[in-house]
Amino acid sequence: MTIETELVPAATATARVRLAAEHVRLAYDERVVVDDLDLELTEGSFTAIVGPNGCGKSTLLRALGRLLRPTSGQVLLDGRAIARTPTREVAKVLGLLPQTPVAPEGLTVGDLVARGRHPHQSWLRQWSRDDEAVVTEALTWTDMADLADRPVDALSGGQRQRAWISMALAQGTDLLLLDEPTTYLDLSHQIDVLELVGRLHAERGRTVVVVLHDLNLAARYAQRLVAMKDGALVASGSPAEVLTEQLLADVFDLEARVVPDPVTGTPMVVPVRRLR
Amino acid sequence: MSVTAPPRAPGTPPVRSGRTLRVGPVSASLRWREVALPVVGFAALVLVSAVSMGRGDFPIGVPDVLRTLVGLGEGPQEFIVLELRAPRVVVGVLVGLALGVAGALFQTFARNPLASPDTLGLTTGASAGAVAAIVLTGDTATGAVLGGLGIPTAALLGAAVAGLLLFALAWRAGLDGYRLVLVGIALWSVGNALIDWLLTRAEIYDATSAYVWITGSLNSRTWDHAVPLAIALAVLVPLALAASRVLAALQFGDDTARGLGVRLAGAQTAVVLLAVGLVAFAVSAAGPVTFVALVVPQIAVRLTRGSRPPLLASGLLGALLVVSADLVTRTVLPQALPVGILTAVIGAPYLLWLLVRGRRRSTL
Repeated sequence: MTIETELVPAATATARVRLAAEHVRLAYDERVVVDDLDLELTEGSFTAIVGPNGCGKSTLLRALGRLLRPTSGQVLLDGRAIARTPTREVAKVLGLLPQTPVAPEGLTVGDLVARGRHPHQSWLRQWSRDDEAVVTEALTWTDMADLADRPVDALSGGQRQRAWISMALAQGTDLLLLDEPTTYLDLSHQIDVLELVGRLHAERGRTVVVVLHDLNLAARYAQRLVAMKDGALVASGSPAEVLTEQLLADVFDLEARVVPDPVTGTPMVVPVRRLR
Repeated sequence: MSVTAPPRAPGTPPVRSGRTLRVGPVSASLRWREVALPVVGFAALVLVSAVSMGRGDFPIGVPDVLRTLVGLGEGPQEFIVLELRAPRVVVGVLVGLALGVAGALFQTFARNPLASPDTLGLTTGASAGAVAAIVLTGDTATGAVLGGLGIPTAALLGAAVAGLLLFALAWRAGLDGYRLVLVGIALWSVGNALIDWLLTRAEIYDATSAYVWITGSLNSRTWDHAVPLAIALAVLVPLALAASRVLAALQFGDDTARGLGVRLAGAQTAVVLLAVGLVAFAVSAAGPVTFVALVVPQIAVRLTRGSRPPLLASGLLGALLVVSADLVTRTVLPQALPVGILTAVIGAPYLLWLLVRGRRRSTL
């Protein structure tokens, strides 16, 4: 197994900012979940947002993907307010995979992945040669071509997640936001999905933002970790900078040792006990 | 992204489940069942309609009916077919078409096979309007106004009011299918309570005619019923078909649909208003012919083996069901029943049969 993320040079300080949150406040009805948060995501970066349950990381991702409108502040896509950009234009640049996407019963993998072409299609042009080429390529690249005629609901959890990632690939966006793509998967399928996302970043040049629960996997695959607590950004930087014993105590209430991962050398968290 | 397809390994299944169709700038992926079902449905509809127009006290053969319909008829036959029998059948076709398309819109949008104009309270709203117009006439000032409008207009208003209430009460920063169904069921029971209240205070003659109306009937329908319905459908059905691409994206849930670039609020509003409009006009012409909108999209989706109810096929099958049910009530049964009773009697067992036979779960 190779760790593809190591092949990519670290994002330089001069890299272009693709997606940014400026002083965003995010709320569901009256309940404020995230307050006054700033974040910049540069071209070609691979960022993992981590934090305890309920810290607002999925909410932040939803705002970055224009699924949730900030009550104040704004999200900028390529310097332009995402809320004032036509959603179809956004869909050609930014793709997202929700936490538990639902596929209609009976839909085949091929038809699901083809739906990724939606923003590029029109009523008359529903299945052009370009669409077919891109979808075929996405299926092949994600190793799903042999399953193209299977119904999505007949797939295993890992295969299903591959199908959705294949759809996101077919959408052809530079940016890709994934909300806990490894939820409900066993460890080998978690690795499988993150390898695939890592390859999207390394081989296809995608700018990736992913919300992850597993800190060790986040440290392995992402170049940059963003740690959140109580709706605020606590730390941001390389996995080695962020994953410290002090941060684990502050953010996760966890006493832990951080040792080098014997396979990749990235920080690895060994829990001791819960604090308080 | 590269647009050159890598060579596919032999034995790799085709990408899409349908056949690729490309003519000039137009391209689509169509499955043969999605094409065949509307064609077969249309042919069956023409045949059953012709049989229906031929049956009666003065029987006319199917070839003669068809000849008359294309303008080659003669004297008395022309009068009987075009003036006496065609309006009833045409209203049946249009009502079935509207209800089938509306049911497919609601069920796809709500991702729930229980979402139909019946369960969402729309037909109940129409019934309440019509019953009020029948029962309250001459009773009160409002009753006089309602009576003056005529039953179809009162029913149209009732459905429109129910539709707007449904929309306003279910809307909460967007429309959620589950919430829509719950609000609809609440409206349905309120509407029924209103109808019961009106019926209890009605004269016996009014109550009987109101009761026939709320079962759904094609009796003594004229071109006056057919023309407004035809005009409404000429506008609403093409709009619904135009929305089918957006509907395909809405099926995936709100987040994925928005991620694919769908303007969610606008798309949801358009779909629900189109469906409400179709139902309102259909119900105003023939009363609430129940079960068509609920059952036909589910039958159509099973026959096409697709992932969502096909709009056009649902419409044509809806028309076929209503016209067939009307034909049966007029000819086979000893006593003429309102068509609404028969649509349930024919539709429900067929859906049950498909459910028992198919491996699909009962969800969409």
